[in-house]
Amino acid sequence: MTDALLQIKGLNKAFGALVATDDVSLTLEPGEIHALIGPNGAGKSTLIKQIAGGLKPDAGEIRFNGQDITALSTVARARAGLGRTFQISSLAMEYTVLQNAVLGALGHRGTVWRFFAPVMKNADLRAAALTALERVGLADQAGKRTADLSHGQRRLLEVAVALTLHPKVFLMDEPMAGLGASGSKRLTGFLDGLRREAPILLVEHDMDAVFALADRISVLVYGKIIATGTAQEIRAHPEVREAYLGDEVPA
Amino acid sequence: MTREALINLFLFLLLPVTAGAAWLLEEPFIITLTTKVAILALAGVGLNIALGLGGLVSLGHAAFFGIGGYAMGILAAHAQSFDPLMEVTFLIEGTKSMPVIWLVAVIAGALAALAIGALSLRTSGVYFIMITLAFGQMLYYFAISWPAYGGEDGLSIYVRNGFPGLNTLDPIQFFSLAFGVLALVLWFAGRLAAAPFGLALSAARQNAERVETVGMSPYRLRLLAFVISGAITALAGALFADLNRFVSPTMLSWQMSGEIMIFVILGGVGRLYGPVAGAALFILLEHILGGLSDFWHVYLGILLLLVVLFARGGMIGSLAGRAVAHD
Repeated sequence: MTDALLQIKGLNKAFGALVATDDVSLTLEPGEIHALIGPNGAGKSTLIKQIAGGLKPDAGEIRFNGQDITALSTVARARAGLGRTFQISSLAMEYTVLQNAVLGALGHRGTVWRFFAPVMKNADLRAAALTALERVGLADQAGKRTADLSHGQRRLLEVAVALTLHPKVFLMDEPMAGLGASGSKRLTGFLDGLRREAPILLVEHDMDAVFALADRISVLVYGKIIATGTAQEIRAHPEVREAYLGDEVPA
Repeated sequence: MTREALINLFLFLLLPVTAGAAWLLEEPFIITLTTKVAILALAGVGLNIALGLGGLVSLGHAAFFGIGGYAMGILAAHAQSFDPLMEVTFLIEGTKSMPVIWLVAVIAGALAALAIGALSLRTSGVYFIMITLAFGQMLYYFAISWPAYGGEDGLSIYVRNGFPGLNTLDPIQFFSLAFGVLALVLWFAGRLAAAPFGLALSAARQNAERVETVGMSPYRLRLLAFVISGAITALAGALFADLNRFVSPTMLSWQMSGEIMIFVILGGVGRLYGPVAGAALFILLEHILGGLSDFWHVYLGILLLLVVLFARGGMIGSLAGRAVAHD
């Protein structure tokens, strides 16, 4: 447990009387995909927001790579190596696909304070951006305006931008949403390999993907983690079946 | 060459061709008017970096315009009265040299923008508009109530400041100087927009969350944009004061802020040559419609309304279409 890259201890967050995060503790170990599932409104996105920054927990601690990052800004956390993708695509819509990816590569290089050389002619940044786009299968869309992409393609671009950051940990909030069956399958295969580069904390509604990918699954209900375990353990867990999976156990 | 590039080239040539023709026809007033367009366009280019690239709706840019104006006024007033600015510890004398005045204007504008921006950029939206307006008004009332430099009456400079190798009193030479500065700053602004900084700044306007997530601080990007913007507008202010050989609190008024913003909106927010088109149209209207009626601002208002309602990209946007990626 001590070598966990990401370690969350006793996290609490309430909005008035609504407890969105109730004493949540979880870890992300190198090489694993840790899926976070739970019904709508269980507080998954609220939890991700607290881990990525942008939402301050009321209590608890977030340790990343041995360092307490609870008080750090979103920017500092990103620079420390947290690579996040958003549930609702959060991209620069006027930009081309390539420009969005170059923006990520630029963030990773930390060379934003340059005022003369055209950024889109920078071979190094372009190569980094194109590599990431190729990996998610968006290279042929590089010149397209992001606003003209389909929802599924935007999700892939989110992932590509996260790749350009070469993060130590991925935080992915429903990357499969809107991808369709074949797209989901493709991304599932990709994430399967990605865990070797950096572990993934994966929020996902696509149960096929979750059960296919996750080394461990945590189930969040009303802000509380009611169970953590392997896919097998979670499938068999009575409380989970009652609270979330219902009677239908996914194959 | 894209259509926008062609329009830009046309706008770029428009000013020297107009001034050159007026020089041949011996119409110094037209040259002065064209000079005014170049200088006001320069102020707009400054604002456009904050407004167009950064999405920062500053209603306080007259502060920087006026600071540039007063930098010129104060330095030149001390020089013409042979009364040093400061004698204690250091001896600082006034100057009639434009390069020195410009340098002082740019530094003063940048420092003021740093202070105003550092505070204002903690807010956004309507609050940002109001707080920049408030800072502008503070400086305006300060200038009115500061008797040392003319107070409400402003400061007159008897002879235009000098530039090495030029006779700045000759309208065509002063135009060339102002146009040269505009061209240089346009070149710089174009490079800036396409540079890494421009990419990130414009991304922060589109989606601040995205920029944070890739590890860059929107606040810092915006603050630097605001500083560059303020410095350029201050440089325009110094030139404007030299054009009129006069500086008064009017340069600091919120109407001035509004006018600079009108140049940008008329021409096209975020378009490199938008302020040039906007300032040219504004001055043209002022002289055509202003000759017909004292209430020509009514027509300006209608035009502005039409642009905002139907041509969001301003003149350049309607002619050139949607902005294309600099790729």
